[in-house]
Amino acid sequence: MTTTPTEPAGAGTVVPEVEGTPPVAPERERDLAQLGLAAALVVIGAYTVYDASTLVVGFADPVGPKAFPYVIGSVLMGLGVLLGLAALRGDVPTPEDGEDVDLSQRSDWLTVAKLVGVLVLTIATVGWLGWAISGAILFAGATWSLGSRTYVRDLLIGAVLAVGSWYGFYVGLGIPLTPGVLDGIL
Amino acid sequence: MESLSLLADGLATAVTPENLMWAAIGVLLGTFVGVLPGIGPAMAVALLLPVTFGLEPTQAFIMFAGIYYGGMYGGSTTSILLNTPGESASVMTALEGNKMAKKGRAAQALATAAIGSFIAGTIGTMLVVFFAPALAGVAVKIGAPSYLAIMLMAMVLVTSVLGSSRLRGFIALFIGLTIGLVGLDMNTGQPRLSFDQPLLADRLDIVVVAVGIFALGEALWVAAHLRRRPLSVIPVGRPWMGRDDWGRSWKPWLRGTALGFPFGAVPAGGAETPTFLSYVLEKRLAKKGHEFGSGAIEGVAGPEAANNASAAGTFVPLLALGLPVTATATIMLAALQGYGIQPGPQLMTEHPDLVWTLLASLLIGNTLLLVLNLPLAPLWAKLLRIPRPYLYAGILFFASLGAYTANQQPFDLFLLLVFGLLGLAMRRFGLPVLPLILGVILGPLMETKMREALAISGGDPAGLVDEPLAVVVYAVIVLLVVVPLVLARVRPRLTPTEAAADAPAPADQSDKESVR
Repeated sequence: MTTTPTEPAGAGTVVPEVEGTPPVAPERERDLAQLGLAAALVVIGAYTVYDASTLVVGFADPVGPKAFPYVIGSVLMGLGVLLGLAALRGDVPTPEDGEDVDLSQRSDWLTVAKLVGVLVLTIATVGWLGWAISGAILFAGATWSLGSRTYVRDLLIGAVLAVGSWYGFYVGLGIPLTPGVLDGIL
Repeated sequence: MESLSLLADGLATAVTPENLMWAAIGVLLGTFVGVLPGIGPAMAVALLLPVTFGLEPTQAFIMFAGIYYGGMYGGSTTSILLNTPGESASVMTALEGNKMAKKGRAAQALATAAIGSFIAGTIGTMLVVFFAPALAGVAVKIGAPSYLAIMLMAMVLVTSVLGSSRLRGFIALFIGLTIGLVGLDMNTGQPRLSFDQPLLADRLDIVVVAVGIFALGEALWVAAHLRRRPLSVIPVGRPWMGRDDWGRSWKPWLRGTALGFPFGAVPAGGAETPTFLSYVLEKRLAKKGHEFGSGAIEGVAGPEAANNASAAGTFVPLLALGLPVTATATIMLAALQGYGIQPGPQLMTEHPDLVWTLLASLLIGNTLLLVLNLPLAPLWAKLLRIPRPYLYAGILFFASLGAYTANQQPFDLFLLLVFGLLGLAMRRFGLPVLPLILGVILGPLMETKMREALAISGGDPAGLVDEPLAVVVYAVIVLLVVVPLVLARVRPRLTPTEAAADAPAPADQSDKESVR
């Protein structure tokens, strides 16, 4: 990949004089956010073990439903501890790269939050508004979150996609998606 | 040969006008989705899975075969015409392919990729026709203990070969196994990890999990790091090759096929290693060695063939053992399960019509791909310019559609969001996706086999190792885990980057060879 002159990683924090823009990723600080993941793993592992302990073992079943979750939960807890130690010792993850991914910029969590909000709205409304309307809102809302500002066109495309997919599933595959308030109109 | 006549029957089933239409739709849809930047074959298959819901199993699989090859081909188009590869298997293709495109030889790069994929896919599928029934014939006789051991080996291989961090690979695997626990225990009917939710006790729909992790997770991750300036797309006309290009391509195609197929067929986890080896091999063998690094056609032909041959090879363990070793194969397995078909050695004898039609459709899909896509390439290239808000909003839309159509429960959309956020977190923390999805699918199967094995022995753990094959496989697993650790100790002089570049490939190769 070509090295574009960008700000050094972690621009917000005080970085000791970085020498130019090195081609290899510069020595990053410890990624302590991993401790959160490690803690989550320990909690999930512990809950898995607890959940398994509430199960009843049948008679003709020498292993029962407990053994497997016990193993998985315990190993998960162990891995969580290992990850925590690795994070403290300065082990950093390699985030996934991709065609449209630019890791030299700082993460834009606001966009993600907007998208999650749009999805939550869809979940809340799809039952009574139906797929044709909720789907259109989902598409338009997502384009807005991602920075598009041509509202009318986005909404129109969303409507075409949503109504089109409704008819596609109904006519083509015989699956009626929730019609919602448009029941009888579609 | 018996296999050939069965394949002919399969072809006869697949070559009806209606089925050809499904195959063509599959190829077009698969390429369409696969070309879109940010969408790899696994995500393409996961997103398009719901489209096959309303179809008969046979038709669904014909369409699936088209989607599969279409998605793979679309991925290589993207990596040649854009600056960065979308997935690990096309890293090597992009290396020379993109250089060729910049030199104005995009048409030749696309042509050698398409024709090489066709040849590798066809040879690979024919090899599957011969190997899979033989392997299934042997596999029917192996018992639960050995089967458990083999599944364990596939998991360890996939988890430890791929990716840069074993720790993170195993974390992903065990998160997957935990997800696989959710729902009713299959023996006793007790809900596990279900939080008293009947919809969870019903077991998770694999489509929702896969689409959440692959599609939504990826879309959210990209949204957080969207490039401000879009990548430059190299314009392309209709792919074609001159005499010289053919002369330079055909040997790399065959060598790539020979490298790729075995790696796909043993549970060694995907096309990364063979494409890498093929690239290195072609670079060594090339007469115009100096052209490597500035757009050598051999560097596209070889890895691209290796990629497709390895994809065909994965059908051997998938059909003969019910063992998926790539993300795409895992979703195919989920699709089989969706039709109530239990994958495993019995598949070949219980559903021969389905298996042979699937294999025949792979051949047909491959051919259609070549026929349809060479002329359509300029059109596909235009897709790369799609405005990113529309692209990722579209992924969100179709991911939700896919999750929703499965059961028409808003709760599934909620689960989709949960798994999407998990997928986002995994990309942030460098956790590989494949071990997770493998854990979700293989976990329940493993548990069944383990309990079967222990039920036979009356709970005695010795029951897990009372078959010679199981003992051998466990020995191999230990070797696989220990050898790289020892190597790391013995050669501490290498800097980490050198070690990452040099050490794994040869060491892993010798391990894999000893597996069979």
